[in-house]
Amino acid sequence: MEFAKMTVTEALRGMRAGAFTSVELTQGVLQAAQAAQNTIHAYVTLDAEGALAQAAEADRMRAAGQELPLLGVPIAVKDNMNVKGQPCTASSHILEGYVAPYDATVIAQLRAAGAVFLGRTNMDEFALGSTTQTSYFGPTENPVARGCIPGGSSGGSAAAVGGDLALCALGTDTGGSIRQPASHCGLVGVKPTYGRVSRYGIVACASSLDQVGPMTKTVEDAALLMNVISGQDAMDATSLDEPVPDYTQAWIESEGSEKPLAGITLGIPKEYFGEGLDPEVHTRIEEAKMRAERLGATLRPVSLPNTAYGIPTYYICMTAEISANLARFDGVRYGLRVPCDDVIEQYKRTRAEGFGAEVKRRILLGTFVLSSGFYDAYYNRAQKVRTLIRRDFEAAFAQCDLLLAPVTPEPAWPLGVYQNDPIRNYLSDVLTVGVNLAGCCALSLPAGKTAAGKPVGVQLIGPNFGEMMLFRVAKALELPR
Amino acid sequence: MAGFDIDRVAHLARLALTDEERTLFGGQLETIVAYVERISALDVTSLPATLHGHGVNNIFREDTPREGLDTETVLDNAPARVGDEIRMPRVVE
Repeated sequence: MEFAKMTVTEALRGMRAGAFTSVELTQGVLQAAQAAQNTIHAYVTLDAEGALAQAAEADRMRAAGQELPLLGVPIAVKDNMNVKGQPCTASSHILEGYVAPYDATVIAQLRAAGAVFLGRTNMDEFALGSTTQTSYFGPTENPVARGCIPGGSSGGSAAAVGGDLALCALGTDTGGSIRQPASHCGLVGVKPTYGRVSRYGIVACASSLDQVGPMTKTVEDAALLMNVISGQDAMDATSLDEPVPDYTQAWIESEGSEKPLAGITLGIPKEYFGEGLDPEVHTRIEEAKMRAERLGATLRPVSLPNTAYGIPTYYICMTAEISANLARFDGVRYGLRVPCDDVIEQYKRTRAEGFGAEVKRRILLGTFVLSSGFYDAYYNRAQKVRTLIRRDFEAAFAQCDLLLAPVTPEPAWPLGVYQNDPIRNYLSDVLTVGVNLAGCCALSLPAGKTAAGKPVGVQLIGPNFGEMMLFRVAKALELPR
Repeated sequence: MAGFDIDRVAHLARLALTDEERTLFGGQLETIVAYVERISALDVTSLPATLHGHGVNNIFREDTPREGLDTETVLDNAPARVGDEIRMPRVVE
């Protein structure tokens, strides 16, 4: 049995029917993951011993008649989530050797739901990047479009699931870091509404933009994971007290209908189809639009007029928050320390040694936009432009249920390309950052491949707490695996 | 871009830069700053700021004692410790 190729839903069905155990499943997945470490390099660390112990416990519970939503399901988590007793480095040298003293809330939720933690996936250092090439531990390769980037920053999670080295994974999305790698690796990736999922215990990137979300092989698997990780958390004051529906019910009423999307209006934001959109990506999105129409949806052109200001606004707000959040890495309480007689020098040398180039660049930019004399012109102004961008989405959602657009302007590019061109990399986030600035939810869904076999994703964007509609439409548009 | 002083910013950020990094980042950041400056084209005078995705305010809870992490667990991660304290360079003259 090819365990690693299974979806979460298939694995649960098999285990519940007694066809195999979680230990067998976990062993199969671990073998695949270990074998691909020298090639794909999806994981920073694998925890075979811990995973097998958790799997054995899951099997014991099931044998005793207990059942849980993810009992015995092996999952990979991004290396910026605290899992008690496990290393947590955010793929940075400055956190090498750090061991998490507690569980992040999402980890505690998954644990309570019976999940088995395989290990920790590679990422861009501190989630700053969209290629997974800024990891201190080396890059990850795209398992589908070989020789190419897997996307990022949750590139390890995407490669693990896309390469059948995990059944499902968690990532984090600050400006596209779940949706973009999901798109490049042919997966479903969800960026939940800001406040839907707790951020407690996640290594903070940009706190006003970050959300944790699932990366899975199917829409149903993503809904299953969202059921477990959603909800308010007393440890995260920005998590919101909104009821958590059963996301797997999102498509129940319309399933089986010839026109499951009847009555749904999908907005097509014209600014997301502008110059720079790869023709093959464009074709796959046009096909998704036609499929949606065939399934009963109404398409309506809409406008997000401030899209061109998204990247500048994002890179001001995000780097400002980065510079503040990463100030805690000072070599005092944990992580790397470069010892020195003078305390300020110790900070400076520790951070010089511990951070990679992209992290330094963004800390410097963020420090600048927050510095005396420049704060108003950059940070303050960007926060106001952020209001314009949020209002763009609100106005669009007054005319439609969801937006349909590409995730990225182009398919995965070869490893090593554009590495020394930060602006070029920043511009590739143009179709994803708006969602984070506005706070709304979005989902990346496989939409086929290019002629060269590179996956292309279609992005569905919903209003705040519009995840049910996202899942309903995504399920209808999902292509056979 | 007027005013971008790499040495001042690096000091504020508590980052020691090599000469090579100083030149590289200095140049790259001038380009990036010039790029993000395009938001100055917008009139934002009457707009409120958006600080994050939602308009939630402070969340309060009762100030009651509860279990935290134990000292040993926390200090296990310290790069240099003396007993139950973290060793640091002298910070007072």
